[in-house]
Amino acid sequence: MDAQSLSPTQSSARQDREVVIRVRDIVVGFGDKIILDHLNLDIFRGEILGFVGASGGGKSVLTRTILGLLPKRSGVVEVFGQNLDDLNELQRSALERRWGVLFQQGALFSSLTVKQNIQFPLREHLRLSQRLMDDIAFAKIEMVGLKPDVAEKLPSELSGGMIKRAALARSLALDPEILFLDEPTSGLDPIGAGEFDELIRTLQQTLGLTVFMVTHDLDSLHSVCDRIAALGDGKVIAQGTIEDMMAAQHPWLRAYFHGSRARAVQVGRGAG
Amino acid sequence: MPQSALISVQSQGNSLAVAGHGLWTSEHAAALEAEVDEAAARHPQPADVNIDLSGISRMDTFGALLLDRLVRSWSSAGITPRVTGLSERYEVLLHEVERGIGKPRPPERHREKGLELVGRQVMATGRDALALLNFVGAVVSALLRVLMRPRTFRFTSMVAQLDRVGLRAVPIILLMTFLIGCIIAQQGIFHFSSFGADIYVVDMVGVLVLRELGVLIVSIMLAGRSGSAYTAELGSMRMREEMDALRVMGFDPIEVLVVPRIIALVIALPLLTFIGSMAALLGGGLVCWIYGDIAPDVFISRLKMAIDLNQFEVGMYKAPFMAATIGLVACLEGMRVGGSAESLGARTTASVVKAIFLVIVMDGLFAIFFASINM
Repeated sequence: MDAQSLSPTQSSARQDREVVIRVRDIVVGFGDKIILDHLNLDIFRGEILGFVGASGGGKSVLTRTILGLLPKRSGVVEVFGQNLDDLNELQRSALERRWGVLFQQGALFSSLTVKQNIQFPLREHLRLSQRLMDDIAFAKIEMVGLKPDVAEKLPSELSGGMIKRAALARSLALDPEILFLDEPTSGLDPIGAGEFDELIRTLQQTLGLTVFMVTHDLDSLHSVCDRIAALGDGKVIAQGTIEDMMAAQHPWLRAYFHGSRARAVQVGRGAG
Repeated sequence: MPQSALISVQSQGNSLAVAGHGLWTSEHAAALEAEVDEAAARHPQPADVNIDLSGISRMDTFGALLLDRLVRSWSSAGITPRVTGLSERYEVLLHEVERGIGKPRPPERHREKGLELVGRQVMATGRDALALLNFVGAVVSALLRVLMRPRTFRFTSMVAQLDRVGLRAVPIILLMTFLIGCIIAQQGIFHFSSFGADIYVVDMVGVLVLRELGVLIVSIMLAGRSGSAYTAELGSMRMREEMDALRVMGFDPIEVLVVPRIIALVIALPLLTFIGSMAALLGGGLVCWIYGDIAPDVFISRLKMAIDLNQFEVGMYKAPFMAATIGLVACLEGMRVGGSAESLGARTTASVVKAIFLVIVMDGLFAIFFASINM
C-alpha cells in the first residue's frame, strides 16, 4: 500500500531491467490467520535480492508460495513472464528446471551419496552419459568449494557447512537461472558464513544467476545483496539498497538495521 | 564433412576449423556430447585446430565442460587448439570448470557382493545377537534401578503407551480374532462332519484358540502395530538428537523411553490375548450354532468338558514373554537407527520381521517346554 519502493527515481531507473519473478497481490493464510496480505515484489535478472523480516513473519512462506509448495488464496506469481497458475504440467516441469532451491537444512537425500544427489536431477531431466554426469558432478563440487572425495560420502557423514555446500551444488546441478536460498548462512560459523557469501557472489557472477536470498545475516546483507526487501505485517514495507535500508524510518527497520548487532557489523566494517 | 546444429568442422589440408553454434546448454548437452566425441574421433591427429565460438548464443556449465573435453581430446595428442570468440563471462566459466576437471577423483563407494556380502551378513547377525543380549542387560539393569527407586518410574508415560498399544488396539484385535475363530470352526465342521464327529470341533476350537492362536495372533498383530511404532519413534528421536538431549540432562534414555514402553506392552499383551481369545471362542460358537447346528448351551457344556484351566493358563503364561520380546526387539532396533531416512525404514522393517520370527520360535520352544512338564 505505501512505501512499496523508496523513491520514484529508483523505480524508473530499474524499468529497463528484466523482471524474472513478479509477485502481485499475493494472499496466503492458514486458517483465519493471514500471513501474506496483498504482497507485491519484483525480482530483476542478475541481482541478488536479500529478503528480511521478523522470525515467523512469512519469509519462508513467500518463498514456498513462489515455489508452489504452499497454496495461495489469491494473487499472481509470474516467473519469466509466465503465470504459474496457467502452466500445464509439462510447462511447469520445464520451468522448474530453470530454478534451483537451497533449503535451510540442505534437504539432501539421505540415502544417496553427494555425487548421486547432484546427479539426481540430471538423471531425471536429461539423458546424459555417465561420463558427462560424473564430469558435471565433480565440476559442481569444485565450484562450491568442496574436495572431490566428498562426492562418495553420504550426507550423514558431512558437517553442517559441507551439507550446505553439497546442497548448493545439487541446486546448481541443472544450471538454473534463478537460485532460491533459504537462510544460507544460518548454522555456519562467521568465517564459514563469510566464505559462503563470497561463494554465492562468485557463482552469481560466473553463472549469471538471479538470487533470491532469505536471510537474517546482517553481514550477508551488507556484503552480497544488491537489493534488500523487508517484510512486515504481510507486506513488503521497504525495498532498496542497504543504504536505503539504513536511512529508512520504519520502526522495525530502524531496530533491525540500527540494533546492537547491526552496529557491531558497521563498526567492524568501518575498522576494516 | 559432418554439418550439424551445434558444431561444424571444416578441414583445410591438415588444419581444422571448428565452429560452435546455437545453445550450448543443459537441454542440448546430450546432442552436443555426441557431436564433440564424434569430432574428436574423426580427426584424431590434426596439425592445427582453431575453435571459433562466436556463434554460440548461450553456454552453461554443460557446454563449458564439453568444450573443455573437446580441447582436451586434442591437447592430449600434443596439439594446442586455439579457442576464439568466447565472451569474457564464458571464459570465466570455462576456467572454473577446468579447475575441477583435472583433480583426482575418489574411488567409487565400495559395494559388497558375493562371498563378501555373505560373510558380512553372518558377522552382522552375530553382532545383532550380541546387541540384543547387551540391550536386555541394559533394560534389566534399568528396571532394577526403577524397582529400587519406584518414584523414578515414568508412570504417566507408561499409561499413555498403554492407551496406545492396549486400548486402541482392542477393536482390530476383536475383529481379527473373532473372524479367525469363525474360520477355524467352519473348517472343522466342514471336515469333521464327514466322520460324524461334529462335536469335537468344540474341543479343537477351544484348545487351539486358548493355547496357541489367541496369543500368537495378538503377538503378531502387536509386533506389526506397536513394535513398528516403537522403532520409528525411537529412531526419529535418535535422528533428531533427542536421545542425546536426554543423556546430557542426566537421564538414561532406556529408563525414560524404553522401560515404560516395554512395561506397557507386557501389561497390554496378556489383556489383549484374553479379550482376543474370548472373541475367537464367540466367533467359533456362533459358527457352530449357525453352520453346524450345535446350540450354544451344548457348545458351552462341551467346552467345559474339553478345556481345563491348564489350556487357558498355557496361553496366558506365554503372553508376557512375547510382549517383552516384541518390546525389546522394537526398542533395540529404534536405538540403532542411523542418520538416514533409509536406515529408519530398514530398522523398522527389521524390527517387525525379527519380532514376528522370534515370537513364533518362542511359541515352538514353549510348546516343547509345556509338553515336557505335562501341561
